[in-house]
Amino acid sequence: MNPPKTSRRPIPRDRSWLARYGLLLALVAIAVPLAIVKPAFLTVQNLVIVARQISINGILAVGVTFVLLTGGVDLSLGSVLALAGVAAATFAHPDSGPLILPVAVGILTGTLCGAVNGFVVTRGNVAPFIVTLGMMTAARGLALLWSGGRPVSNLRPEFTFLGSGSLAGIPLPVWALLLVAAAAWVFLVRFRPGRYVYAVGGNEAAARASGINVQGVKRLAYTVCGALAGLAGVVLAARITTGQPNAGIGYELDAIAAVVIGGTSLSGGVGSIGGTLQGALLMGVINNGLDLLNVSSYYQNIVKGIIIVGAVWLDSRHKK
Amino acid sequence: MRGLAKAFPGVQALQDVGLEVFPGEVHALMGENGAGKSTLMSIIAGLQPPDAGELQLDGRPVTIPNPHAALRLGIGMIHQELLPFRALSVEENLFMGQQPTRGFPGWIDRRALRRRARQLLDRLGATFPPTARMGSLSVAQMQTVEIAKALAHRVRLLIMDEPTSAISEREVEALFRIIGELRAEGVAIIYISHRMDEVFRIADRITVLRDGRHIETRPAAAFDEPGLVRLMVGRELDAAAPRAPTVAGEPMIEVDGLSLPGRFADLAFAVNRGEVLGLAGLMGAGRTEVLNALYGLVPATRGRIRIEGREVRIRQPADALRHGIALVTEDRKVSGLVPQLSVEQNLTLASLRRCCRGPWILRAGESRLAEDAVATFGIRASNRNQRVNQLSGGNQQKVVVAKALLTRPKVLLLDEPTRGIDVGAKAELYTLIDRLAREGMAIVLVSSELPELMRLSDRLLVLCEGRITAELDPRRTTQEAILHHAMPAAAAA
Repeated sequence: MNPPKTSRRPIPRDRSWLARYGLLLALVAIAVPLAIVKPAFLTVQNLVIVARQISINGILAVGVTFVLLTGGVDLSLGSVLALAGVAAATFAHPDSGPLILPVAVGILTGTLCGAVNGFVVTRGNVAPFIVTLGMMTAARGLALLWSGGRPVSNLRPEFTFLGSGSLAGIPLPVWALLLVAAAAWVFLVRFRPGRYVYAVGGNEAAARASGINVQGVKRLAYTVCGALAGLAGVVLAARITTGQPNAGIGYELDAIAAVVIGGTSLSGGVGSIGGTLQGALLMGVINNGLDLLNVSSYYQNIVKGIIIVGAVWLDSRHKK
Repeated sequence: MRGLAKAFPGVQALQDVGLEVFPGEVHALMGENGAGKSTLMSIIAGLQPPDAGELQLDGRPVTIPNPHAALRLGIGMIHQELLPFRALSVEENLFMGQQPTRGFPGWIDRRALRRRARQLLDRLGATFPPTARMGSLSVAQMQTVEIAKALAHRVRLLIMDEPTSAISEREVEALFRIIGELRAEGVAIIYISHRMDEVFRIADRITVLRDGRHIETRPAAAFDEPGLVRLMVGRELDAAAPRAPTVAGEPMIEVDGLSLPGRFADLAFAVNRGEVLGLAGLMGAGRTEVLNALYGLVPATRGRIRIEGREVRIRQPADALRHGIALVTEDRKVSGLVPQLSVEQNLTLASLRRCCRGPWILRAGESRLAEDAVATFGIRASNRNQRVNQLSGGNQQKVVVAKALLTRPKVLLLDEPTRGIDVGAKAELYTLIDRLAREGMAIVLVSSELPELMRLSDRLLVLCEGRITAELDPRRTTQEAILHHAMPAAAAA
């Protein structure tokens, strides 16, 4: 027996059309004039480059979406990525066992860093900003220590293929991003712990009063975020064919920017993987467009800064 | 300087209330929770404007737009909940906003600051230095600082809202000595307290408020305690008769020796199947804390809890839910709802396992669960996927109650379930509570509205300062009797 007013079909959330499609609209608004001025933009070759460029930032952004949804923050992504890249590279020299080894080592390294972040945040009751700032510094130091401050090179071709190879015309790093995003989407939308992530970020006290293990959910979020930073580190090391201890400086802020542009609230409880992907895509297209227009990278940073603030400003104006 | 302050405001919480306070007088303001004491005081202290009425100071009409203006007029207030700058020193707190400066604008004259702070503290007999960090002081010491702050502004009218609710017996004596000295200096004091003994000890005159109306103002000597309580409670009992007693079942939940230091001690009670147990008591008596302990939000440190005769350990809400205990929390905004989630997602939040296979949420199952709840509890939403904070207060409250009931509890804990909802929604909740009890649920109810508590409960326990002071039959008792047992002074007698 159904009450007449409600239907069983999932009804879209009550967000307005602009809020739902604003980002795609912005994307089109940038892409169309760009394609007219620079026909090179719309070539398959260039679009593959764009996709490849956003894959690292995209993977990091998906990870940090989890943390931001709980109302936390993770500043350690860039350093953890570098540490994981170095870790993976040291196990990726020719004739050093199965190919899965460096991949697993890289992801595990990231997972461990994330787990430590989560543990200290929940057990030590230290602000996430501080905990992950500490991890950012420490992981960077660890990466430099492990590599002796030099890039770890001489990697086996099977490993570097993970960064440069393609499957069905789509680069492997892009596959990685798509798989990660799909899994994260399913987890957040269809899995019980995923729902709990939203509840914890939305109202921690209410989540607790509903019998949710709030601390466990937070630890999960930081661990997932670390694991994906590890994966991004592996992908980056494979692409640049070295484990770079100085890689990824500032990447955490690009990732957070993509998530926030994608509509995730910094105070938690609101956001989606779809939004995060669109945010990462928008940033990638703008970068690529400015590259094609031969705009100096100095200007590019200025433009990026304006867009980050502008996107969130528009979003918050709209919410009122 | 006659008629130091007068208020004739007519807000909803207050109707046509008049109050006159004279210099050198301690004027006690009495009334139940929600009688309008706090509203009246916040108008005088400039925290909110009156909708109608007039304030006079020394016979001249004044407007008090904000607390700062109140202070300039010589009106200060010591709030029940102190809000000091904990990280700063006592002297910095004392002169916040009016630090003595010297030479360069904004350059604080530290020596003058310390000298004046020491003078004020000495006058109040404080034993701590002006350089002490505010956060390191006890509640009583912070109160002393607040009083000193008021003195720094040369207040002539000082409002004290339950100043003794969080301080020890000895500290109360010190406070009374200070009050006595202020009175001798001609300061007028409005004193709000629930404690009869205190009021009769220090008040010159007493004003009783009830339901936002002025009831009586007389010299303290013209009151006796029972008469005062009668005036405070006043209203006739609701026409609605108490619910028909349910057939007493076997004990569903038994509690023995339950203690949480500083909150409640050595509680023992049982609730039977099909019974509604009401917990009565004043604010801070420990009612909410007891419910929170049973639910594992803030577990008790000692004591045993048995469900259907089996002892259970409850250390977190998940344990409570597993053993069939559910809680409707006191404040739905604080701990009831996740505002960003939909009606459906809020409804199923505590019982998501019911519509999951492993970790996988079964969409159809979740929708069915939510739809049933919407229909059963008459939740009026345009659709289930509407954000929950777009509903009216009454409907939000129904969502919170439904969320708890979807866990299929044997024991339901209700903490102020009708606070802030309209009459219609209230009546629906009353009917629901009746029905749940008839179906065999054991219910523990906390409500500050005595008529409601008496109408819904089969049995009443009165709590005072964390202890059970009486067990009463709501059909054979009066509000006066309940209040008598809930008052700290009376309980000690």
